[in-house]
Amino acid sequence: MSAPPETDVAPGAAAPLLEVRDIEKTFPGVRALSGVSFEVRAGEVHALLGENGAGKSTLIKIISGVYEPDGGSILIGGRETRFTSPEDAKRAGVATIYQELLLFPELTVAENIFLGHAPRAGMGRIDWRAMRARAEALLASLEIDDLAANQVVGALSVGNRQRVEILRALSHDARILIMDEPTAALTESDVTRLFDIVRRLRARGVGIVYISHRLDEIFAIGDRVTVLRDGAYVGARNVADTNASELVQMMVGRRIDNLFPKTTVPIGAPVLEARDIVRHPMTKSVSLTVRAGEIVGLAGLVGSGRSELAQTLFGITPAESGEIRLMGEGVTIRSAEGARSKGIAYVPEDRGVQGLVRPMSVLHNFSLAALGALSRAGFIDRGAERRMAEEGVQRFRVKTSSVEEIAGRLSGGNQQKIVLGKWLANNPKLLILDEPTRGIDVGAKAEIHRLMSELAGAGVAILMISSELPEVLGMSDRVLVMREGRFVAEFDRAHATSETVGAAMMGEAASVERAA
Amino acid sequence: MSAAAIAGAARAQSGGLRRFASQEALLALAVIGLAVVVGFINPRFLATRNLSDLLLGNAYIAIAAIGMSMVIISGNIDISVGALIGVLATISGSLAVAGAPILVSWLVPLVLGVAVMAAQGAVVAYLRIPAIVVTLGMLSILKGGLISVTGGKWITDLPQNFHLADLSFLNVPMPVVIMVLATALAAVWMRYSASGRAIYATGGNAEAARLCGVNPQRTVVMVFALHGFFAGIATLVYATQLRVIQSTTPPGLELTVITASVVGGVSILGGVGTVVGSTLAAILIAEITSALVFINVSPYWTDALRGGLILATVIADILRRQRRAARGWSK
Repeated sequence: MSAPPETDVAPGAAAPLLEVRDIEKTFPGVRALSGVSFEVRAGEVHALLGENGAGKSTLIKIISGVYEPDGGSILIGGRETRFTSPEDAKRAGVATIYQELLLFPELTVAENIFLGHAPRAGMGRIDWRAMRARAEALLASLEIDDLAANQVVGALSVGNRQRVEILRALSHDARILIMDEPTAALTESDVTRLFDIVRRLRARGVGIVYISHRLDEIFAIGDRVTVLRDGAYVGARNVADTNASELVQMMVGRRIDNLFPKTTVPIGAPVLEARDIVRHPMTKSVSLTVRAGEIVGLAGLVGSGRSELAQTLFGITPAESGEIRLMGEGVTIRSAEGARSKGIAYVPEDRGVQGLVRPMSVLHNFSLAALGALSRAGFIDRGAERRMAEEGVQRFRVKTSSVEEIAGRLSGGNQQKIVLGKWLANNPKLLILDEPTRGIDVGAKAEIHRLMSELAGAGVAILMISSELPEVLGMSDRVLVMREGRFVAEFDRAHATSETVGAAMMGEAASVERAA
Repeated sequence: MSAAAIAGAARAQSGGLRRFASQEALLALAVIGLAVVVGFINPRFLATRNLSDLLLGNAYIAIAAIGMSMVIISGNIDISVGALIGVLATISGSLAVAGAPILVSWLVPLVLGVAVMAAQGAVVAYLRIPAIVVTLGMLSILKGGLISVTGGKWITDLPQNFHLADLSFLNVPMPVVIMVLATALAAVWMRYSASGRAIYATGGNAEAARLCGVNPQRTVVMVFALHGFFAGIATLVYATQLRVIQSTTPPGLELTVITASVVGGVSILGGVGTVVGSTLAAILIAEITSALVFINVSPYWTDALRGGLILATVIADILRRQRRAARGWSK
């Protein structure tokens, strides 16, 4: 119906395509965004940068109509607008390409592109020929020659599926394209091709919001960059006028304060010594040592292989080669059960999926990892079970009306405390924590940090994965930085700063110059 | 923070109490309440003879529902149990008629029940095929196989001592004794044994259970094997009541059994429920069916009523969950 606008907008000349001012958004217990402003002009790639939890996702969800802001305004082409649904945003020309591609694998490229707005041939019939022709025209307009309109999407590579998503956005005459970590799952050559498409769209006057963790990409493709931190606007820069270390500093800031009650405890003998651990495809020859009483922080970007390493150490995905010694003794860990019996505890990243049995009571969740020890002749010693749970509730300060309460009804922080407590009931020698405080409130965070210190004081060796740099810096005796399945740097507490660790995480020195 | 926390805790506590007492107490009340109301309309409903017939005739459903509840709590389902009971009844009766020792004719259904169900459980657990598909396949195999092998012939002239269900213990008919005993043992085991706990954990969150050292696959096989055992017992109670065993499967039996579990408070999503609830629900359903006759309602309404009951229970369960979820987010 509506043809793409013919007017050529010179970058920066007219009003921004999209502008948000002083956006406020609060979720129960969490201030997700406060006073955030952001704009995209025609023909620019505006990168949005920030750590996990900085508010990037919330901001794009507001721009794409998924959430309504509590305060602030959204302007499209200089006119104030309200989006009450994603449909509104779509009509205003905003298209979003999420990390998880939303395509129908059984349908063809053309059907996917025009799903919901297929050209009609009267009496409601779909005009297949017109649809095909328009899909081909779209493909040709981006000079995509290895993709046919009649191919079934399920058989396509990730890169090609992403191109279909982009075409779908263009078929809606999108003027503003939001790309959420578009390169997360792409191969090197797909990234190059994606950048090529992004440049074409930019030349055509589309405004692109580009979310990425990877600084090198921002330098390769971005025109401007806005940095968010803890839901607040930190600043915007022209990419040409900034450098990686400034951006890292803006992202992580200087927030390491006494939120982290790290106490100095004597560090003892090695508890875990791992040599040349390999597990295809994410763990590529990794060696590390964690000593009694020591907290080792594992820093790295999402996708750098930290969680995979943790799961390999815990036997969920056993190592293919390498050597693991526990308390000086060589061991083979083939299963989670084996790891557990050898004194390793693992508190997984996603407590909903991996940690907690939500419909079960607090009591039963606490005892689940210790059922063997609590049972005699197959029956659970209920007195001991209750004592253990009540002790755990007290020790971990779980806020619950009683141990009979259903675990799924407690707040996130309290759920996390149960998961932690469940594992510690076994008195492990080595504790692996994956994002121990993600998504929980500040108070619960501080309590979990206090517990970690307490455990280290009791001689437990702790390996902590965290995407929050302040947490890593605040809690660790030693920081290991992981990138692309390997350790790329190691810092002791004195030398670990947001600048040094941040730079190692980004691989800044190595790859910023890698312009595409 | 504090006021909200206290309010939340109070709400949670009342929720906890409600949950703890809810389904079983509600069902017991319904069983008694319905008897009183129908008895008021037609006193003959309360005759010992009628109540005893009601329990005798439906004990096997309650027994089968024990195993079914375990299966559903573990996050699975079984729709082959009706056909299996039909097949086992035929085998048991045939053995007895052929002159096999009575003990053998009683034990074979138990052993076969365990074997068939354990095999299904293994396919579900290790080949990761959804239980509904596996048991649907088994349903057809058993049903078709039974008709093909027996040609629909009835089994008559069962030996006198075959009729286990005619015995009684302390003046209580054997089917009722077995039903109560099976329910009590299963309830204690589910609640207090490590294996019982593993069933709830597997159905509630298999991944978390695995990380805690529970073996979800082994648990699923065990649950199906137990379900087969209870199906075997249900077969005994059912078949030894009959003078003539029709070699067909009791129509709609699997649905009646599933209804008892679900109405008894077993969450179709897994992880929640008790066998006391399912036994009470089985009794309630039987009572409703019988009551219809006594208040002069066409028995054709039975199925519709049963369906209504299942829908009402599931909708109530879902609404409870949604309210809970909404509360979690809004406050």
